[in-house]
Amino acid sequence: MTDTATLASRRFRPGFWTFVAGILFLAFLTVTVIRFTKGLGAVTNLSDKFPWGIWIGFDLLCGVGLAAGAFTLTAVVHLFNLKKFEPIVRPTILTGFLGYSFVIVALLLDLGQPWRIWHAIIYWNPHSVMFEVAWCVMLYTTVLAVEFAPVVLERFGFNAPARFIHRLITPLVILGVMLSTLHQSSLGTLYLIVPSKLHPLWYSPMLPVQFYISAIGAGIGMVVLESYLSKRAFHRHLEMDLLEPLARGMVVALGIYGLMRLQAIQRNHAFGSILEFGYEGRMFLLEFTLGVILPVALMSFRRLRSDPNWLVAGAFMAVLGFVMNRLNVSITGMEAASGTRYIPSAMEIIVSVGLVATGMAVFAFAVRNFSIFPGGPIGAGPDPKPGA
Amino acid sequence: MGMGLLFDATRCVGCGACSSACKEQNKLPGPVEEVLTAYTWTTVQPREGLNVRRMCMHCEVPTCASVCPVAALTKTPEGPVVYDAERCMGCRYCMMACPFEIPKYQWDRPVPIVGKCILCSGRIKEGKQTACAEACAYEATVFGKKEDLVWEARTRLRQKPGEYVNHIYGLTEAGGTSVMAISSVPFDKLGLKTKLPGEPPAMRTWQVLSNIPDFVAVWGVLLYGVHWITARREDVAHAEAKDNGRENRS
Repeated sequence: MTDTATLASRRFRPGFWTFVAGILFLAFLTVTVIRFTKGLGAVTNLSDKFPWGIWIGFDLLCGVGLAAGAFTLTAVVHLFNLKKFEPIVRPTILTGFLGYSFVIVALLLDLGQPWRIWHAIIYWNPHSVMFEVAWCVMLYTTVLAVEFAPVVLERFGFNAPARFIHRLITPLVILGVMLSTLHQSSLGTLYLIVPSKLHPLWYSPMLPVQFYISAIGAGIGMVVLESYLSKRAFHRHLEMDLLEPLARGMVVALGIYGLMRLQAIQRNHAFGSILEFGYEGRMFLLEFTLGVILPVALMSFRRLRSDPNWLVAGAFMAVLGFVMNRLNVSITGMEAASGTRYIPSAMEIIVSVGLVATGMAVFAFAVRNFSIFPGGPIGAGPDPKPGA
Repeated sequence: MGMGLLFDATRCVGCGACSSACKEQNKLPGPVEEVLTAYTWTTVQPREGLNVRRMCMHCEVPTCASVCPVAALTKTPEGPVVYDAERCMGCRYCMMACPFEIPKYQWDRPVPIVGKCILCSGRIKEGKQTACAEACAYEATVFGKKEDLVWEARTRLRQKPGEYVNHIYGLTEAGGTSVMAISSVPFDKLGLKTKLPGEPPAMRTWQVLSNIPDFVAVWGVLLYGVHWITARREDVAHAEAKDNGRENRS
């Protein structure tokens, strides 16, 4: 990519962000070294009372959830046969793969003895949700890698294996959708085991379904957001003809999810704790307004959906609300029962932010060097179709 | 039903002999701490003028064993819920899930493991009682077959109804436990969890997990069916377009 250098030197922004990502990556490495020499207690604010923090609540729950755009769009294109969405499938698969890689790296830090992660393959406990989660992470990361492989293979001229994968795309997509359905819901199932600990604003026997549907909504939101971010970074146009109907799908998913949440709260007789306006009530209101009420209300209007600024705002709120929900389930809702307050340490935050930054840097690198968005690698010069 | 312990809070004087014996038996470093840690598997806490022992309850259907992805925690037929440190990868889901908040972690070590009471599983296999029960000079902690202990607890509650709260803690909590307690003060005031479901929490996740094979089959067929219909529709549309073209030409 001879033109990548010119692209970078022409504008200051990518260079600056690369620098920031580099600093964060170094900080991340430092924390990793301390973590593996001094133990988890030295880098985290975790304790016997609060054993799971943001590495689970943000890195794992949100990393997996926001990767949901991949299975949603592959299903839309390859199973529902809505071929017009094909141009934005590749970026979502890439996001999915990076999201899952992000989750695995976070797990390697969070697990007490990560070098034993393979134990889940040989020591089985089918009664454990974590066992299901482990298998879903392994298998779906593999599926995503295979789904993305043609992009890399074509780039280097290996067209025969790429065509072979393309012929297997239907069973591959079905496998991916099944694994995603199991995995997204299993993250909710994780919390079914703590009826006496999780606050009634969030506990529900329907948690698995809630996690699944909200991931579809927020996953679509992520597709819109990454289109917008790459538009800004690479001066691309926004595919409004594709993103507008996707936003409709987001409204439906978030609408169903919102109703399910309200029903669950009704069943738990927990509306009172919203009116009390305490810690949990306020956090719930913030989460629900941002993640459900506003995006559903705003994106219901065609005029707003068709306006790039409003569309991006709606998608951003949905994603932010989703992140808040996962943090509320894993942290806010568990605090009262634990009898303690958990605030992540600076080093925990560095790891999470460093991983997000690394993910974005890898995404930008891939967009420049591979045919991710329609029109080939960005900055690849006049020929838009290398490898064909 | 295997072996278990009965703790009688009215008899405990708080001497801490049980905690010291536990440290010695299990070779745990450091002094006995006020709360449970990875290095203190049992401790005696003063509450409401009584002394209450904190330790693993050894559930009949242990939540920790059900959530462990590598089956490092298991319930033995003799009663103890034991831990295989060689298997554990440190996900700490047991700590999250335990309704009694018992498993603790070695936060200070680069190669950490979980620590919790294992009801002297090795000693029980040899036919001996637990170290804590042996050390107790006041019979506040007694070891025995669980059914004998339930009988004993009921007898004490019946003989001195005024001196005891009419409940055996551990008979139904979280589906029942091998370690039980009786007291003259309500159990929540002793710091024990009382708002626990009578059904083991493990059932709630098993209800979902046991349906996965059925779900995979139905979902797989459904997804392929959707693909089949939409692909067929496209084929038909292509064929019709071709036919129309031929008609127009002729």
